[in-house]
Amino acid sequence: MRKRSMRSRYNFAAVLSAVVLVCCGALISNQNVSAAGEGKITGTVKLEGTAPHMRGIDMSKDPYCVKASASAPAHMENVVVGSGGGLEHVVLYISDGLTGGALTAVPSEEPVFDQKNCMYTPHVLALDINQKFKVTTSDQTTHNIHPNPNPMTGNIPWNQSQPPGAAAIEKSWKATEWIPVQCNIHPWMHGWFAVVKGPYATSDASGAYTINNVPPGSYTVTAWQEDLGTQTQKVTVAAGAAGSANFTFKGK
Amino acid sequence: MRTRLRKWSLWLGAAAFLTLPLASWAQLSTFDIETRIGAESHVGNITGHAKDAKADYRRYCVGCHGVLGDGNGENFPWVDPKPRDFQLGVFKCRSTPTGTLPTDEDLFDTIARGMDRSNMPQWSTFTKQERADLVAWVKHFSPRWANEKPGAPITIPPEPEVTPERIKAGRDVFARVQCWKCHGVQGMANGPSAATLTDDQGRPIQPFNFTEGARPKCGDTDRDLYRIFMTGLDGTPMPSFADNIKPDEAWDLVFYLRTFMRQHSKEKELAKQLGLKPVDPNAPAPAASGQQ
Repeated sequence: MRKRSMRSRYNFAAVLSAVVLVCCGALISNQNVSAAGEGKITGTVKLEGTAPHMRGIDMSKDPYCVKASASAPAHMENVVVGSGGGLEHVVLYISDGLTGGALTAVPSEEPVFDQKNCMYTPHVLALDINQKFKVTTSDQTTHNIHPNPNPMTGNIPWNQSQPPGAAAIEKSWKATEWIPVQCNIHPWMHGWFAVVKGPYATSDASGAYTINNVPPGSYTVTAWQEDLGTQTQKVTVAAGAAGSANFTFKGK
Repeated sequence: MRTRLRKWSLWLGAAAFLTLPLASWAQLSTFDIETRIGAESHVGNITGHAKDAKADYRRYCVGCHGVLGDGNGENFPWVDPKPRDFQLGVFKCRSTPTGTLPTDEDLFDTIARGMDRSNMPQWSTFTKQERADLVAWVKHFSPRWANEKPGAPITIPPEPEVTPERIKAGRDVFARVQCWKCHGVQGMANGPSAATLTDDQGRPIQPFNFTEGARPKCGDTDRDLYRIFMTGLDGTPMPSFADNIKPDEAWDLVFYLRTFMRQHSKEKELAKQLGLKPVDPNAPAPAASGQQ
């Protein structure tokens, strides 16, 4: 009995050391990417097949919201498909291949996450680690802004009220995570803080995106969609030329 | 060798299957937790040691909060509200701003106070030393205390005299920040958003009903009420109003909330004399009065 368990322990140790070796190898091989010059990665994200039906939202809980969204009835925004099958609100970032300053630089601009007509604008806000952002309200009704990250990652959940005319709330996140955010007063309000490390982009209404500030090198680009999951592609950025990666998600 | 492996994979599969529906975020093992057994707490001049609380926890707490402190004790399925997951380090009753760790005193007070309308009794039977030890024990479950300091407690100005004007002003605050969206215009927990509230784990939760004579979970003194809405109850839909209610207005709101409560109070008497009507949910939201 003991002999057997010893043997399995040796096996385990062998596997572990192999894994460590492979990881070290990967780390070393990646270091030849130089940070000189700035390129970009562009492309489009599309949805193939029929788009899932996005339910209309009943806002009758709050008469203000009904009135505010009267001209453009609100729908769920989990999968937003624009003209030509372009998929909006997809977060694109470099999941592998970046090193040094290009990876650790934190953008100085502060994106805004607004509460407008009882919906979140934008529905998905991509952010770098430690990048500051603002939560604002354009509504004449009280919201509570309640992101719900997993505290085990280092991101800490908080919950603050924003009555009409309240000042902007400035925050940042410590770790990469897809953080759902909701308003408990208006339970249909649901959005995301997509916290990634390094340069990122979010696809627009036509599904187009551009990741800026990418030094020449070869990378893995990951596209994340809240319902449809993630896809990855290898992209090479040459000096003075843009890399390109188009993604296609399949409708369910 | 082979049969051993098979047995293991069977056990692993079964364990994964059983723990999945609990949807717990807890990821720590006994090994991770044991590394923090040296955790301490400081309450007044008492120093609590986690290792001294092991026996008390085993005897009195483990049934609900679980061996790993993740709230998955054997009573978990039958307890509502669910036991706290100590590994997350997220606590309702704090004197510190939303999104920060509570102070040792906060946890010390919570153990003695218990949680009204839940399965958490008042543990005032423990000595202060035992409670301080248990605070250290609670802290040792979460890695957050190793990486962060507790938030700075909010300052609560001295309580002013209750006046009719203050109660009326409190009603305005209640209308402006729209407490009634969940708590209802008469504090009966029947606001338009009350029915759909969920906690951070997605479990249904009810707003506090001021009228049924129960104590608020985080204490029932005026200072406790002040603290509850200025810090928020983390892990629940109750947000912090610290940015939107000024300290003086906060006392007005405390007095107005007292008028809902079943218990006799000076505030209730004054509200009756004033003939105060509940706020009108259909009135347009009042403008902020001289907001910062």
